[in-house]
Amino acid sequence: MALSGFAVLAACSCSSGGDDSAGVTLTLLAYDSFVEPESLATFTEQTGISVEVARSGDTGTLVNKAILTKGRPEGDVLWGLDSNLLSRALAEDGLFIAYESKALEQLDPSVTALVPGHEVTPVNVGDVCLNYDRAWFASRNIAPPDTLEDLVTADFKDLLVVQNPATSSPGLAFLLASVARFGEDGFVGWWEQLRANGVRVVDSWDTAYYDEFTAGGGTGSRPIVVSYASSPPATIIYAEDPKPTEPLTGSVEASCYRNVEFAGILDGTEHEDAAQQLIDFLVSETFQAELPLTNFVYPVRTGVALPDLFERFARPAATPLALDPTEVGAKRDQWITTWTDTVLG
Amino acid sequence: MPWLLAVVPVCFLGLFFVWPVASIIARGLDAGALGDVLGSSRLRGIIWFTFWQALLCAAITLAVGLAPAIVLARYRFPGRRVLLAVVTVPFVLPTVVVGSAFLALLPTGWHRTVPAVIVAHVWVNISVVVRTVGSAVAQLDPALGDAAATLGAGPLQRLRHITLPLLAPTIGASGAVVFLFCFTSFGIVRLLGGPGRPTLEVEIWRTTTQLLDLRTAAVLALVQLVLVVSLMGLWAVFSARSAQPTGARPLGNLRSPSTTAQRWLTGITALATALVVVVPLVVLLTRSLRPSIAGWSLDAWRAVFGRASTTGRPTVDAPWESLLASLRIGIVATLIAATVGTLAACAVAGARRGGRLLDTGLMLPLGTSAVTVGFGLLITLDTPPFDLRGTWIMIPLGQALVALPFVVRVVLPALRSVDPGLREAAATLGAAPLRTWLEIDLPVIRRALGAAAGFALAMSLGEFGATSFLTRVGNETAPITIARLLGRPSQLNLATSSALATLLAAVTLLAILAVDRLRGEQGAGF
Repeated sequence: MALSGFAVLAACSCSSGGDDSAGVTLTLLAYDSFVEPESLATFTEQTGISVEVARSGDTGTLVNKAILTKGRPEGDVLWGLDSNLLSRALAEDGLFIAYESKALEQLDPSVTALVPGHEVTPVNVGDVCLNYDRAWFASRNIAPPDTLEDLVTADFKDLLVVQNPATSSPGLAFLLASVARFGEDGFVGWWEQLRANGVRVVDSWDTAYYDEFTAGGGTGSRPIVVSYASSPPATIIYAEDPKPTEPLTGSVEASCYRNVEFAGILDGTEHEDAAQQLIDFLVSETFQAELPLTNFVYPVRTGVALPDLFERFARPAATPLALDPTEVGAKRDQWITTWTDTVLG
Repeated sequence: MPWLLAVVPVCFLGLFFVWPVASIIARGLDAGALGDVLGSSRLRGIIWFTFWQALLCAAITLAVGLAPAIVLARYRFPGRRVLLAVVTVPFVLPTVVVGSAFLALLPTGWHRTVPAVIVAHVWVNISVVVRTVGSAVAQLDPALGDAAATLGAGPLQRLRHITLPLLAPTIGASGAVVFLFCFTSFGIVRLLGGPGRPTLEVEIWRTTTQLLDLRTAAVLALVQLVLVVSLMGLWAVFSARSAQPTGARPLGNLRSPSTTAQRWLTGITALATALVVVVPLVVLLTRSLRPSIAGWSLDAWRAVFGRASTTGRPTVDAPWESLLASLRIGIVATLIAATVGTLAACAVAGARRGGRLLDTGLMLPLGTSAVTVGFGLLITLDTPPFDLRGTWIMIPLGQALVALPFVVRVVLPALRSVDPGLREAAATLGAAPLRTWLEIDLPVIRRALGAAAGFALAMSLGEFGATSFLTRVGNETAPITIARLLGRPSQLNLATSSALATLLAAVTLLAILAVDRLRGEQGAGF
């Protein structure tokens, strides 16, 4: 411990020497499931700045920990604030140091518009969508669902498993999808019908996918699950050789809800300049191109080619469902309570 | 002298528990909070549910665990040691793994129900009863039973009038521990209990990490603390009663079953116990051998060791390395817990009134949610020289905090059993306090200390909650890696996580076997 204290002192003395960031070690705070793209090593080669990834909990835990440690952050840059928690985080003065990256104009304008003050920088988008077991539907000669409305019809009775929006981020996204589709007044009625049609609710994504979904490898009995637009190619990428030519699952485009993730420089960092360079790198073409196959999300940078499997089986939804982050911030808790009373009450 | 010994445990507890937890509760609490939260019928319902499911869980675990506890401690039979170790494995498996094994085993109608939670809790906690009650059975003086038999008492009469009354304090104490584990369980309730039935622990997690509603979280944390402290008080009364000075008497209670009835009893109990414990583990092994719907293969096992060339790549490279990290962290956590715990036990045993206070204080981490402690550490240990956030030592420190109460509980009765006359005699003969301790106390508590260390290591190997709330740079433990593997959709990831879980179970089994051997044949207690 004495040694690490010394290392910290040494790092401080060289960073205060000027704007030369070489030799600095940045701590990148991320949620547990973050997978480091290999190009982070390229960043270190180019700039001399090392990056240490520190993980803790899910997105909610990560963001709430950052809010609680405002001013004395656990790291320099935070990866993974999402659009559903954006307004809570931006309401905190002095959580992030605003930074307008030079690469901003290369990013999808509909996404950069979410943060006009540049407190954080968008780094990826992901679509939460219904997935279905293709073999299950094919073997019964039934068409998989096309729309959210389909799910409440008799054809799809007892076939759907979803996550609890109070404890799971895809679960929350699917609730928000229903609000976006049916409106603030209409979503409750749709969920009432869904409940009558035998929807099953579980606490987390892995329970839903592995234990309840028919194509998840467990003993599940539900052929429709809330997952991601990028899940179908994963059933090929992680499969044994000879790999299947088609994914085991498909996703329902009309059910997709868009989630944007952001990275931001935490106020209190001693390496603001190095942190800015890291943000620039996170939205660079090299790094963005690696995101689909490592973290199963889509680039925010325009003109970045998708890997072949994504191009064929997991293109992002053309017109995803979405809500204004400010509205989500203001009403999320109330919607979850209403949902809980309607579906679990 | 006892006061001097207490310095280390008191500072440890103060710095890593009392200060952080008090700070996070103080930040959330205000004048009206208690009334508002306890006024909510939903939250009162959660408190009541947490209480009764834990009570039911403790009662059933005792009912299921008593027979194997007595048989395993009393009769010698082939495979006894292995069975004793195997029974302990469920206790240290990460809850993610237990939950998914039970979902595969239980009929679909049971999923997301209270019975599913209770069945899994009983399975996990059987070893608490088997090992603690077994240890007391091993200490029973066989002469009592023999005398009664000579006087014409049948086996049932002996059980009712001799064995059970003598065991009552230990049965009460182990029931209390099981109650506590079921009361504060997190992962199993989330996985098996379903969304409509949160417990206090789950609700504290949700209000803190998802809603950042520190006000509600503070009140719930206080309620949990108060309930657990009351229970600890009861436990302390039980264990004080069960510790009579016995000296370093060698125990010779283990015998071969002599009558036909004893042989049947032993055989059936051993078989039934083995079956109950092993079946969910077999589910894990089976899953690890089916990396795709195509059928059986060893690919997931190759993937665990980082050899993935012939097939797809799982989310985590070379997952087996996490086992090494787990062992490294576990050993450090064990050293911390054993050192601080022994000092604390010596202080408690030597002191009068202050001892009880320290004893109770050391129990508190058990009754506090890992989220409360984790978030508390975050806002208190943020200033040099105490800014330990994100350093590797935080993880073993956090795990040691959880294991500490058990070290004290196991070492304390052994210390109390030392005849004070021996210490006085040594002092009279001119031995310095340290020498007295080394020559009189240490030989007596050596076994208990070994047992406590084994328990601490096992707890650390399977620990998920506290670790997952601390910020980690590298150092991913096996339970965390298993959870990460489960975070991506594919059958290979599921199979690889099952293979890693099977390995973790095997490593734990070996660790427990080694500890049991180290401690010698007798005394099964944790």
